[in-house]
Amino acid sequence: MNEIVIQTDKLTKRFGDFIAANEITFDVYKGEIFGFLGANGAGKTTVMRMLCGLSKPSSGAATIAGFDIYRQTEAIKKNIGYMSQKFSLYEDLTVMENIHFFGGIYGLSGRQLKEKGEALITRLGMRNETKKMVSSLPLGWKQKLAFSVAILHDPKIVFLDEPTGGVDPITRRQFWDLIYDAVERGITAFVTTHYMDEAEYCNRISMMVDGEIKALDTPANLKKQYSADSMDEVFYGLARKAKRNL
Amino acid sequence: MRTLRFLLQKEFRQIFRNKSLLPLIFFMPVVQLLVLPLAADYEVKNIHITIVDRDHSTYSQKLVSKIGASGYFRLTDYTMGFDEAFKDMEDDRSDLILEIPPGFERNLVRENQQSLFIAVNAINGVKANLGGAYLNRIIADYNKDICLEWIQTSKFNPSPSIEVTQSNWFNPSMNYRFYMVPGILALLVTMIGAYLCSLNIVREKEVGTIEQINVTPVQKYQFLLGKLIPFWVIGMAIFTIGLFGIAWPVYGIVPAGNLLLLYGYLSVYLVGILGLGLLISTYADTQQQAMSVAFFFMMIFILMSGLFTPIDSMPRWAYIIARSSPVTYFIEVMRMIVLKGNSFEHIWRHFLIMAGFAVCLNGWAIVNYRKTN
Repeated sequence: MNEIVIQTDKLTKRFGDFIAANEITFDVYKGEIFGFLGANGAGKTTVMRMLCGLSKPSSGAATIAGFDIYRQTEAIKKNIGYMSQKFSLYEDLTVMENIHFFGGIYGLSGRQLKEKGEALITRLGMRNETKKMVSSLPLGWKQKLAFSVAILHDPKIVFLDEPTGGVDPITRRQFWDLIYDAVERGITAFVTTHYMDEAEYCNRISMMVDGEIKALDTPANLKKQYSADSMDEVFYGLARKAKRNL
Repeated sequence: MRTLRFLLQKEFRQIFRNKSLLPLIFFMPVVQLLVLPLAADYEVKNIHITIVDRDHSTYSQKLVSKIGASGYFRLTDYTMGFDEAFKDMEDDRSDLILEIPPGFERNLVRENQQSLFIAVNAINGVKANLGGAYLNRIIADYNKDICLEWIQTSKFNPSPSIEVTQSNWFNPSMNYRFYMVPGILALLVTMIGAYLCSLNIVREKEVGTIEQINVTPVQKYQFLLGKLIPFWVIGMAIFTIGLFGIAWPVYGIVPAGNLLLLYGYLSVYLVGILGLGLLISTYADTQQQAMSVAFFFMMIFILMSGLFTPIDSMPRWAYIIARSSPVTYFIEVMRMIVLKGNSFEHIWRHFLIMAGFAVCLNGWAIVNYRKTN
């Protein structure tokens, strides 16, 4: 449990005078679900984009799966999966074509593609949809598919940026079942979300306010610390102090 | 290599699945090649002429019918006064006015001398110039006819004259289509290549899929090659359709030079022009931006390519701009190989320059394409 897969030390991102993320320091352990919470504009996506190698930090250090965030970005990319806010499968390719494409560019062999593709289809119950265009699927299905494709190459860590935005509670529940499945297979999940019930599903959560991490602990400890009954109250208590964007 | 295969497979699937793109790619060049050469024709015909005949004599009638028979002119009006004729020109119904003064025949017979007056509407410079020149030649011809008529008994030609014998090389019938069609074909390949290629990448930026690619181990050059190769193939296909589907059967243009050489040059050229498309796409964030920038370059490249006007007659600075455009070289090579039948030794310099364009533009695009920002 104590193997560290993400380690950041005073990670900072500036856009001109604006400090989007200020001296972010935290560790994420192997096999945990790490919730990354914060109001809109608090800097969650900025941090996640730095960790995925999409954005260069202004200062600070970080290692992802043991690789340096500045010098070994390509090695990091082999070891992570990423599912963005913007839905990002190819809409004009079929379900199976998307699976083959993304599996293929991660270097899966023909046999692996076939086996993993089959397993994925069975797990999602999409047997009858394999030849359908992704554009014709309902949003919930697209997101489950996008997640499954993001972990097709068995990454060490999967980054999920507000993965359940805009879907119904049942689909969200199913989505979280997929995350638990992945974690059981040894994948670490790093999730941003706005839903406080989802925060309860996480092993540990961090709260970002105005580009800084203001709290980091298990949901139970946080509730105790802020003498709150629910994560909602913890969130309000912290987010209300924000000066930015209010 | 395997990664590239997956990228290409995906790209071709998307292109062939796009219901609006595919017909456009193949239909547009066919239509344009059929229509454009008719418009881009420098042979001026149907020049509207108003004749002010104030003599109404046999000789003036002869002149008028000679002008009518030349095939270049269309008689708009046949009037008595210059003012009416000028009104025709003001209303744009007439390009030229020929005034035959009173006493034309009499003076011609008695004094062996007579002057005519031509007024030209010079707004359209080409038409005015050529129209005036044609008319001058017809009148000179007419003059000669009269001379012959009057001195046909004489055995010697009293007026010394220089006879010029002219022979037209490479395009013996002076057919403008031969000159224009290869150039227009070159332009079509250029436009389709540059536009489609840059729009395609920027679309991935807009939809957000490019970000998904950027978190994968796909290398920059692999991604760009995955975009370049499909459009290179499409460019080749369009060129082939244009050359063998239209230029050959419709215009009778059979490449005089080596086809292999022509395709060899085309393949280098396509890499270059697609490199420009890639470069634009690395700077643009929206399809609108990409379109505008590509349009800007295309306008300059097309108008300065030497397709419509010889670049040698441009001022020095404009000549330098024209010489820095890959399109200029391609159009030259098209004409050199297709019409003149030049071989590699004549165009190796063009090959070198184009390879330079290809390396620079693609290199720049790879450097400027950022997976991380």
